[in-house]
Amino acid sequence: MLQYLLNGIATGALYSVIALGIVLVYRTSRLLNFAHGDLAMVAVFLVWSFSRPLGFPGAVAVALLAATALGAAFSFGVLQQVKEATLLGQVVLTLGFSQVLSGAALVVWGADSKPFPFPLSSVVTYRLGGAVISQLTLGSLVIALVLMAGLYLLIQQTRVGLAMRAYSQDPEAARLLGLPTRRLLAFTWGVAALLGTAAGMLLAPVTFLHPYFMLTPFLKGFTAAVLGGLDSVPGAIVGGLLLGVMESLFAGYVSLRFVSTLSFALIVVMLLVRPEGLLGRVFQRRV
Amino acid sequence: MIIIRPWPQQGRIGGAMDLRRSYREEMALVRGWSGWLAVIALTAALAVLPFLLSGYLVYVVTHLVIQALVAVGLNLLVGYTGQISLGHVGFFAIGAYGAAHGLVTFQLPLPVALAGAGLGAAAAGYLVGLPALRLSGPYLSIVTLGFGIAVHQVLTNWPAVSGGRIGLFVPRPALGPWPLTGDRAVYFLVLGVGLLLILAAYNLTRSHVGRAWIAIRESDLAAQATGVNLRRYKTLAFGVSAFYAGVAGGLAAILIGYLEPQMFTFVESVSFLAMVVVGGLGTIPGGILGGLLIGAIPYLFSSLRQWLPLVFGLIIMAVMIVEPWGLYGRWLKIRRYFKSWPL
Repeated sequence: MLQYLLNGIATGALYSVIALGIVLVYRTSRLLNFAHGDLAMVAVFLVWSFSRPLGFPGAVAVALLAATALGAAFSFGVLQQVKEATLLGQVVLTLGFSQVLSGAALVVWGADSKPFPFPLSSVVTYRLGGAVISQLTLGSLVIALVLMAGLYLLIQQTRVGLAMRAYSQDPEAARLLGLPTRRLLAFTWGVAALLGTAAGMLLAPVTFLHPYFMLTPFLKGFTAAVLGGLDSVPGAIVGGLLLGVMESLFAGYVSLRFVSTLSFALIVVMLLVRPEGLLGRVFQRRV
Repeated sequence: MIIIRPWPQQGRIGGAMDLRRSYREEMALVRGWSGWLAVIALTAALAVLPFLLSGYLVYVVTHLVIQALVAVGLNLLVGYTGQISLGHVGFFAIGAYGAAHGLVTFQLPLPVALAGAGLGAAAAGYLVGLPALRLSGPYLSIVTLGFGIAVHQVLTNWPAVSGGRIGLFVPRPALGPWPLTGDRAVYFLVLGVGLLLILAAYNLTRSHVGRAWIAIRESDLAAQATGVNLRRYKTLAFGVSAFYAGVAGGLAAILIGYLEPQMFTFVESVSFLAMVVVGGLGTIPGGILGGLLIGAIPYLFSSLRQWLPLVFGLIIMAVMIVEPWGLYGRWLKIRRYFKSWPL
């Protein structure tokens, strides 16, 4: 039981980090970013490529920079340049972007699975009360918590965070007050891509590296974001942890094969009972 | 909330130079001698086509028509009713496996198996449509996405239905006394069913049902206030759209003759959605065009299989950037230009 809970929290923390990226973009652009997972995937491949010439830390730095730049560039160069873009059109644009990214990865790195070198090992384990935790799990849990804390500080304690909150509350008013909204959006996309990349690097040692390895984690993060409420940052964290624990318990006690199906079924029930998510704001529509 | 409004100028594009003298003229599907000429020429071309092409190309064209059929059905949901679906491959899979088991396991006649495939998918569509009464935009997209993934997972983990690792083989069935042995026979079956369903879609969108759907798309609250029964028409849109996907799935099972769960992944749903958007939202020719073109990409790049997702994504992005109303919207603009030429 304790073991399942611990595993669930560790996976859930990674879902939370992915969900945070989705929520950040949704709060500002009112847009689901379907390229979130693929951006992270490309960045993790960059780590794999650069870790030989630059060493692991250097490669991570390059990849994080590249992912941030790529996310910001897509927001600035494509999404904001499209005239007359409807929201469905923007969703299709991100779907197209995700195809471009995974297609590019397929061409550059090939379709076969590669092991991902990571300084933390999943074989070395520690005993923790009645449960066993691997070095990798412990490390990813710590990194996820650090990222969450960093995001909290960024949003609550800095001027940029204040601007992001203002923009998500009322884009028009924020623009009128003189906030550089286009740069702000690009910055948000960059931060989201950075979060996704961090989560991707922690997942890659377990799932191995191939052009579609982020698809399932991305869908899980998406589910977690909806569970917690798409416009709520704490909601994304709660949703991710909850989803991780539920999945781990279900896999442990009921069935391993239908885990994903169950998580989606839970979402449907959840949405029917409380459509705005656990911590989301209640919908208000002015007619 | 996703608001879809790519239609503001459509009335102006289409109606600018048309003059109607009677109600019957307004109701006609085909207008004027040029319209009839185009219809006759198209029908003749479609009838002669399989005799001009080699066997493999007949197979390809048939596959494209099947995909166009899915796109037309999806357009009724996304383009006309304004509801998003990211799990349409689920309905397609239900239709494919339904028809396959109807033909192989239960030895049903072909029309019954196809209708059963469509109706089974439509029932699933009705169920997926129920949450749509309370959800919109991203929340609805995750429910439909989850449905598509759930269908895929159930197929992967249920060997009795999917045939396990070997897959499921579907021998070519017979339509009454005629066995559909060659690709040419299947082409005519698909063409017949397809034209019937496309005609039905035209008539459906011109009827009170279509007007109710468009009203829901523009504003579901306003539609409800003017007396549109949201529960009935939203679930109906999901049901009809799923019916199209189901029948197309059944036809695909007959054409390909082999089914495995890997044919029904999330990527397929994305490609169906891309067909609708690239072709043109809220128009029936748009669905057909998009289905034929997006469906053709994998065949055009078959020798460069690795490059396929990249090219696919670039085409989607390029169309969205250059022409957000889709190819049919571009065609309408061109037609308007020449109608009012030289002004």
